[in-house]
Amino acid sequence: MSTNGDVDVKVVPVRHVGQWIGVAFLALFVAMLIHTLFSKIPSGSRTCHLVGGRYQCHAILKWRFGWNVIFHYFTNGEVLRGLVITLELTVLAMVIGIVLGVVVAIMRLSRSRLLSGAAWTYTWLFRGTPVYVQLLLWGFIGFLYPTFAIGIPFTHIYLFHFGANTVFIPFNAAVAGLGLNEGAYFSEIVRSGLIAVDEGQTEAATSLGMTRGQSLRYVVLPQAMRVIIPPTGNEVISMLKTTSLVSVVAVVDLLGAVANIYGQTYQIMPMLLLASMWYLIVSTILSVGQFYLERYFSRGALRTPPPTPIQRIRRDLHGIASKYRTKRGVQVGA
Amino acid sequence: MTVNEPMVEAIGVHKSYAGVEVLKGVNLTVSRGEVTCLIGPSGSGKSTLLRCINHLEKHDAGELRVDGELVGYEARGDKLYELNDRRICHERSQIGMVFQRFNLFQNLNVLENVTVGPIKVKDVNDERAKKFARELLQRVGLEGKEKNYPTQLSGGQQQRVAIARALAMEPKLMLFDEPTSALDPELVGEVLDVMKDLARSGMTMIVVTHEMGFAKEVADTVYFLDQGVIEESGDPKVVLTSPSSPRLQSFLSKVL
Repeated sequence: MSTNGDVDVKVVPVRHVGQWIGVAFLALFVAMLIHTLFSKIPSGSRTCHLVGGRYQCHAILKWRFGWNVIFHYFTNGEVLRGLVITLELTVLAMVIGIVLGVVVAIMRLSRSRLLSGAAWTYTWLFRGTPVYVQLLLWGFIGFLYPTFAIGIPFTHIYLFHFGANTVFIPFNAAVAGLGLNEGAYFSEIVRSGLIAVDEGQTEAATSLGMTRGQSLRYVVLPQAMRVIIPPTGNEVISMLKTTSLVSVVAVVDLLGAVANIYGQTYQIMPMLLLASMWYLIVSTILSVGQFYLERYFSRGALRTPPPTPIQRIRRDLHGIASKYRTKRGVQVGA
Repeated sequence: MTVNEPMVEAIGVHKSYAGVEVLKGVNLTVSRGEVTCLIGPSGSGKSTLLRCINHLEKHDAGELRVDGELVGYEARGDKLYELNDRRICHERSQIGMVFQRFNLFQNLNVLENVTVGPIKVKDVNDERAKKFARELLQRVGLEGKEKNYPTQLSGGQQQRVAIARALAMEPKLMLFDEPTSALDPELVGEVLDVMKDLARSGMTMIVVTHEMGFAKEVADTVYFLDQGVIEESGDPKVVLTSPSSPRLQSFLSKVL
């Protein structure tokens, strides 16, 4: 490196000895972990062979992690049906949660006492009780209200009515429970997003003659999205996993399907690992989606949006390539 | 409504925030095609008066008329009826406002900033709104910046977009709330030039400003506000060079 442009001074970078020791320990630990992942342990049964007139017995080994079981059941019909139920629950509950959340957040910030009071009460009720209990309550709502009807209050004149058990079948009860609970949390996320937008933006929209609704729709909400999207990604991933509670209302989701199988085969650990893998795969896909959504909504807020992973890889490769070319004395660029 | 009727007329306008009286009976008249500058120390109520004129704030007492119509109310018989939101929005859409901190819509690019008002509020079709917006951007010297987002522009450029955004609504009155106070000194000129050009075109303007040079050069009338009342007003060449009130004398000695 040259300092003043005339004399070349050699610069010795700081040596990070501690870092190298840390890396060595970490590498050792990872190696041990990988070893256990692919190690075999005695299965508990023995096998015996007749060798030279005598029986020789030895223990049968099996994969510690039950890879063969995982592999066997990975795309099992029952497991996949459960996965579909899990995805359906996640999507439906999130749609209900997001719609409710946006409506409730806007109500909460409304000038009307009635609307903001109603919104506050909803959030208080559904955020203040465990989702597990709420699921059970929706599942057994028939005990409280055996029938639902629309008609003239306090009379027996009905337009139509139906039994609770025909509507709140397990799947619907699960969607209602998860969705209503999510709405309460989501409304707080939306509210924080709306509050985070500079008041000047609303003022400018108002001064153009926009109504409150227009300024919300064209100016405030799009900007609030930048604050809302990252926690929404969290919420979707969290919902994906929370759906595993629905077995309490007798819905067979991914975990339920896996439990049904290990109830018969007693392969508990491999089946749970299998379920975990599916949850991980789906949440990974969701994270990727979240990255691109965030990037989209950062338009205007950042001078240069962050590169996508593909752009980053391409840039790195390009960097390496050009370095290689300069080393070999080839001129780069013009 | 006659041509001679003033564009803005304030008679005894009062406004308080949480018990603090910011405007204590302000009288002001702005004729059509005139440029009026409001000057005064911070906290004197200049901005509040401006915000009352387009009903961003509701005045508590007094009469405030824009183009002959009461702001925020309708007189029927001997009663005043508060206007509903839709009517207030319509009133506002005819008054342009430029803010100290620009307040460009961060989620929209320059062209969208200028077209969103006409398209969404006045139901102008997209093509016409875009064509007009391009004309306005050219007028404020920002052609070629249509696709940029506000954060990619300098303060002076942002404020010029903000002026174009307000003009896109074809307002009959333009309000400027310290339009150059948040700008680097070297960028003030480009914004003032656009405003001078606008004044020459015959736009009625009310400008809250600390730029005494601009007031002297462009304004037809200057109002000096202090502690919620108009202390002195008149021709800027008289008011700003030989002020009669001691308050304005001391204010000018600090500003100039």
